[in-house]
Amino acid sequence: MLRFLLTRVSLVIPTFLGIILITFILIRLVPGDPIEVRTGERGISPERHAQMLHDWGLDRPLPVQFFSYVGNVLSGNFEKSLRTQRPVLGEFLELFPATLELAICAAIFAIVIGLPAGILAAVRRNTILDHGVMAASLAGYSMPIFWWGPMLILAFATNIGLGWTPVSGRIGAEFVVDRFTGFLTIDSLLSGDTDAFWSALHHLILPTIVLGTIPLAVIARMTRSSMMEVLGEDYVRTARAKGLGSLRVISVHALRNALIPVVTVIGLQVGTLMGGAILTERVFSWPGVGTWLLGAIYQRDYPALQGGVLMVSTLVIVANLSVDLVYGLLNPRIRHRR
Amino acid sequence: MADIVRTGALQPDTQPITPRREVWLAMRANPGAMAGLIVIIALIVLAVLADVIAPHDPNEQFRDFFRHPPVWYANGLWDFPLGTDDLGRCLLSRIIHGARISLFVGIIVVTLSLSLGLFFGLTSGFFRGLPDIGIMRSMDMLLAMPSLLLSIVIVSILGPGLVNAMIAVAITYVPHYARLIRGSVLTELSKDYVVASRVAGAGTLRIMLNTVLPNCMAPIIVQATLSFSTAILDAAALGFLGLGAQPPTPEWGTMLSDAIKFLRAAPWIVTFPGIAIFITVVAFNLMGDGLRDALDPKLKR
Repeated sequence: MLRFLLTRVSLVIPTFLGIILITFILIRLVPGDPIEVRTGERGISPERHAQMLHDWGLDRPLPVQFFSYVGNVLSGNFEKSLRTQRPVLGEFLELFPATLELAICAAIFAIVIGLPAGILAAVRRNTILDHGVMAASLAGYSMPIFWWGPMLILAFATNIGLGWTPVSGRIGAEFVVDRFTGFLTIDSLLSGDTDAFWSALHHLILPTIVLGTIPLAVIARMTRSSMMEVLGEDYVRTARAKGLGSLRVISVHALRNALIPVVTVIGLQVGTLMGGAILTERVFSWPGVGTWLLGAIYQRDYPALQGGVLMVSTLVIVANLSVDLVYGLLNPRIRHRR
Repeated sequence: MADIVRTGALQPDTQPITPRREVWLAMRANPGAMAGLIVIIALIVLAVLADVIAPHDPNEQFRDFFRHPPVWYANGLWDFPLGTDDLGRCLLSRIIHGARISLFVGIIVVTLSLSLGLFFGLTSGFFRGLPDIGIMRSMDMLLAMPSLLLSIVIVSILGPGLVNAMIAVAITYVPHYARLIRGSVLTELSKDYVVASRVAGAGTLRIMLNTVLPNCMAPIIVQATLSFSTAILDAAALGFLGLGAQPPTPEWGTMLSDAIKFLRAAPWIVTFPGIAIFITVVAFNLMGDGLRDALDPKLKR
């Protein structure tokens, strides 16, 4: 077990170093003067320029610069944002709970609907229900979510449509919630403000649906195919032949094995969720890291972009690693392979 | 015996079942794939004949008709069947011309990523050891980043624009192709016909391109069709974020981005470009799924 853990973790290290290398190169590929790129200062005297090059360590050889960058990254010491002159890490951590809250809701939404839909489609194979699930799933993973969002806003949030939900933001402007976890739904409950809780929940509905649509479609599709495969196996037939009820056969015998590939697919959705969050946050003016990263691009805030990309990618790597490890724990066949 | 001869005589035009014909027959039996194919052909016709079919020039501004509603609204006009946008341009004409851009994006992205993927995949499949390790590790690094984030980063370096967006999206697909091709190459390399061809004196390049590659084509074709749809989707997403095609290019994602502030006042400007993207992506996904089922029953999910 320990060996499995160590192998998996050690495989991630080169990838992580690679991401650091990519972000290191990124800021050097940006055309223009390196000082201007980093500090936003223009038209400064040559002496000050040379002084700043020295202060930033940019006059050192590239390998030296890279290793000091790695050192800085590992100690959580990122550069300062050009927009606010505050450390990038602090800004990121402040906004990250908003994105995480949205991503978790979207993941729950996708799993809670996707799994049963996939199972039902597999069990009722080639019925209208199956075809309906497959058609909906095709529509789901073909969905341009930056269009799906505005369409849902039009239908549910504006006075042209039903007017049930708010259009944008995380919570009504009238609410001030003390920050404990950064998750507004939890913080509002902790401070006992139920009105704020309902407002936060209402604001979450549409973004959750929009961000969860593609993962939902992928999970439903994967569950269906994996379930169909397992349902054709001999041991399932044996269980049926023993006279077990079909609910028991499906939920106990088939589902457990069918879920293994589904868990992998769910793990892979972390990347989809982080990418999709950028679009979803833009549509709903959600104050998370996606909006922040876009702002960094629009305002050419390269240090923020560098730090943000590094942290989001690290999160995806860590999430995939955790899924891998959990998977090994659940499935001894994987653990003992090689 | 006589029966067999007679059935043969009744169908004198029966062609031998070549692999290509087998695929076509399987496709024809799949209504989804055929629907996708028909939509794709219609899109190609629209794209090629855009100048003839579109009622107006996509960039011509009709200053008396800002945000004019589509024809089924009370004051709709047949001159502008889908209405006009905020600058008085005919929405239908812009969407028809947008088909041209989207198909172009798909072709360029798939060609670019496929060529790079072929190069890296074949190299690492054939030259195990250092080249293989180096290439596949780099591909893993690219795969670790969410693809939209990676393409945003690349565009932020190269600068916004349609060409740079296509390059960015293509780069994010290279690892998928490289892995797929390397995998297929490794499977094929262990087979007898490759050994036979090597014994017969074929050089590495010949074995690579003439012997192994044709036998790896099935999954590559499927992947190419499916990535056509994601390429259109991703390029449109970049356009929506203002990082892809720039106005006034009638690119569907860019059109959406411009129009989003008129969502309440003129919902049609937002609705139709999105429907166009959606239909196109669905068509290519249907076609890709159909091709996968036809070409490689093992992959059928």
